Amino acid sequence: MTMQPASTEIASRTAAIIQELKGLEGPLLPILHGIQEEFGHVPQDALPVIAEALNISKAEVHGVVTFYHDYRSHPAGRHVLKLCQAEACQSMGSDAIAAKLKQLLGIGFHETARDGSVTLEPVYCLGLCACAPSAMLDGEVIGRLDDEKLDEIVAEVRS
Amino acid sequence: MIPRIYIPGDSGALALGAEKVAKAIEKELADRGIEAKIVRNGSRGAYFLEPMVEVATTDKGRVAYGPVKPSDVKSLFDSGFLTGGHHKRWLGAPDKIPFFARQTRLTFARCGVINPLSLDHYKAHGGLKGLQNAVAMAPADIVKRVTESGLRGRGGAGFPTGIKWKTVLDTTADKKYIVCNADEGDSATFADRMIMEGDPFVLIEGMAIAGIATGATKGFVYIRSEYPHAVVMMQKAVEVARKAGLLGVNVLGSPNAFDMEIRVGAGAYVCGEETSLLNSLEGKRGVVRAKPPLPAIQGLFGKPTVINNVISLASVPVIMDKGAAFYKDFGMGRSRGTIPIQIAGNVRYGGLFEAAFGMTLGEIVDDIGGGTATGRPVKAVQVGGPLGAYFPRSLFDTPFDYEAFAAKDGLIGHAGITVFDDTADMLKQARFAMEFCAIESCGKCTPCRIGSTRGVETIDKIARGIEPEKQIELVSDLCNTMKYGSLCALGGFTPYPVMSAINHFREDFKPAPVAEAAE
Repeated sequence: MTMQPASTEIASRTAAIIQELKGLEGPLLPILHGIQEEFGHVPQDALPVIAEALNISKAEVHGVVTFYHDYRSHPAGRHVLKLCQAEACQSMGSDAIAAKLKQLLGIGFHETARDGSVTLEPVYCLGLCACAPSAMLDGEVIGRLDDEKLDEIVAEVRS
Repeated sequence: MIPRIYIPGDSGALALGAEKVAKAIEKELADRGIEAKIVRNGSRGAYFLEPMVEVATTDKGRVAYGPVKPSDVKSLFDSGFLTGGHHKRWLGAPDKIPFFARQTRLTFARCGVINPLSLDHYKAHGGLKGLQNAVAMAPADIVKRVTESGLRGRGGAGFPTGIKWKTVLDTTADKKYIVCNADEGDSATFADRMIMEGDPFVLIEGMAIAGIATGATKGFVYIRSEYPHAVVMMQKAVEVARKAGLLGVNVLGSPNAFDMEIRVGAGAYVCGEETSLLNSLEGKRGVVRAKPPLPAIQGLFGKPTVINNVISLASVPVIMDKGAAFYKDFGMGRSRGTIPIQIAGNVRYGGLFEAAFGMTLGEIVDDIGGGTATGRPVKAVQVGGPLGAYFPRSLFDTPFDYEAFAAKDGLIGHAGITVFDDTADMLKQARFAMEFCAIESCGKCTPCRIGSTRGVETIDKIARGIEPEKQIELVSDLCNTMKYGSLCALGGFTPYPVMSAINHFREDFKPAPVAEAAE
C-alpha cells in the first residue's frame, strides 16, 4: 500500500486542483476527476476543501462522490483490471472468464490483491462488443480474451 | 510518392493488437530503409478483419489487408504490400469487400477512411459543406431542413430531432446549450465511440450547426469514462477546430459564435438518460429529473438545451449538405435515413453496418453477421442494449424500423444487436437485466430502485423451482409496475428483456432439476 499523504498536504494539493478548474461551468466532476488522478482515490480530507471552495455542503459533495462508480474511497492496486460483464461479453463466455481470472488472481470483484498488485473490477461495457469478451488493463483495451491472454494479463500484473 | 499506410487507432482495433502491428510495421520500414507515412485512421467497422491495414497505391487505390498479426508483417513486405501485392491477408479494395459494399454510408462515410485529426482530409471527403450551408441560412430554415429529413433521435428514444431543435429555437433565453450525449453505455453499441475516434469533426460540425440553428453558443460532449481514447481524440479535434475557426466567436467567419467542451462521465450507466446527464454535467448526483419541464425549455443550468445523441448530431452535416429529401429517401415508414447497426456478441462477422432502415433482423443476423462465432445455432438476439427485448428466431422477419420493433414489444434503441447461441440460459439473462437495473438505478423512483431487487429475488425463486408459475405471474405484475411507474427508461424498459425472455423462451423458466447444467 502506498503511504497516505497528511491531511494538510491533501488540502493544499486539492486546493491547487480546484483553483485550476473552478472557472468551468459545473466544475465538480472535473475537480473530482482531477483529485482522483492526483491521489489515486478521492480522500475524505479533500471533501471539506471542495465544499468550501464551491460553496456547497460537505454532504452534497459526499453525495456526488458516492453516486459515481468511478470515484474510489481507497487507493487501488498498482494495476487496475476491468473485466466487461455486459451482455455482448456474456454471449461469449465472460462469466467463465471472470471465474477463471478470480481464481488466478485469488481475488473477487471490487477487491485488491493482498500484495497490492491488482484491483479487479467488473465494467458494464467497454464498447468492444464485436470483439468480446473484453477487458481494460490500466487503460489499455484487450479484446477476444482467451486462456492465453488471461495468462499474459496475470503475468503482467504480477511482474 | 511516399507510400501511405493506414493502421487503425480505433479502440476496437487496438484491442485486437493494432498497436503491435503498427510497431512491427515501423520497425520493418526502418530495417528495410523504406520511407513511408503511417496514418492512424479510425476503423471502418469490420471487427472480424481488424487490425485491417490499408495501403494507398498509385494504380490500385487503397488496398486492404487483414486481420494482420505482427507475425505477418515481414511477409507482407516480402509480398510487396506497399504496392498492393498479393498475400494471404490480402482483401483488395475496401469498398469491394462485401461487408462494406452492402452498406449505405452517410453518417460513417469518412470513418476509417481519413486521418481523424486532419481537417484537410475531412474537407477533401466532403466535410464542412453542411456547416458552410448552415451559416448562410436562417436558423428557422436549418431547423426546417432537419425536421423534413425525418431524422429521429438515434440514442434510442427516436424523437424527431427537428422538433426538439424548434422548441429550443422558439424559447427565448440569455443562454442556450447544445449537449451531446456520448454516454454510450448500452452493451452491443459502439457507434458513438467509433465516430468520435474515427471522424470527430463530423460531430463538431453537427454540434456547430445545432448551435447556429437554435441560437445556442456553448456545447458540451459528455463522454463516458470507459472511452478514454474517444475522450483524447475529441479533445484534440476540438483544439484543431478552434484553431481553424470552425469553433469560436465567428464560426467559419460568420457572425455566429459557438464553442464546446469535452466532459468525462464517472461510470454511471443512468447518466445516459438525458436529464440525469444534465444533472451530472451540473456537478450533481446523476439522478433523473421529472419531465416536464422539458430540457428543450429548462435544461442545463435551467437554460433551453438541445440534448442529442452523437449519431443524431453526426447525421446532421450530411443532411445540411445534400438536403432533406436526399436523406429522407432512405428508410421505410416513419424511420427515415440510415442507421448504424452494431452487430455484436456471439457473431461471426461482427461490426458496424450502416444501412437504410428496413432490413429484417434475420438478414442482419444471418446474412450480414454470418450467424454465431461458435458455429452453434442462434438462440436469441437482444436488440437495443440491456433495456432491449430478446428476439427469438421466429421474429427474425421483423424489419429494422422503430414502429415495427415496438409492435413486437421490442425496441431498436441505439441499434446494437447481441447474438446468443443455443447455450444461452434466458432465465439467467432475465435475472441479469434486473440485477443490472438494481446496480445502476439512480434511486429516485421506487419501481426501479426496489422493483429491480425484488425482481432478482423472484427470478431466483423460479430458478430454485419454488412455485414457478406463481413467481412468473409476480414478475409479470412487477414488470408492469416498473414499465408504467418508473421515471425513466432504466426502470421503465428493464421489463423488455425480462418479459421477452419469459414470453419467448418459457422453456428456460421451467423448474430445473436439482443439479445445475454444466456449461
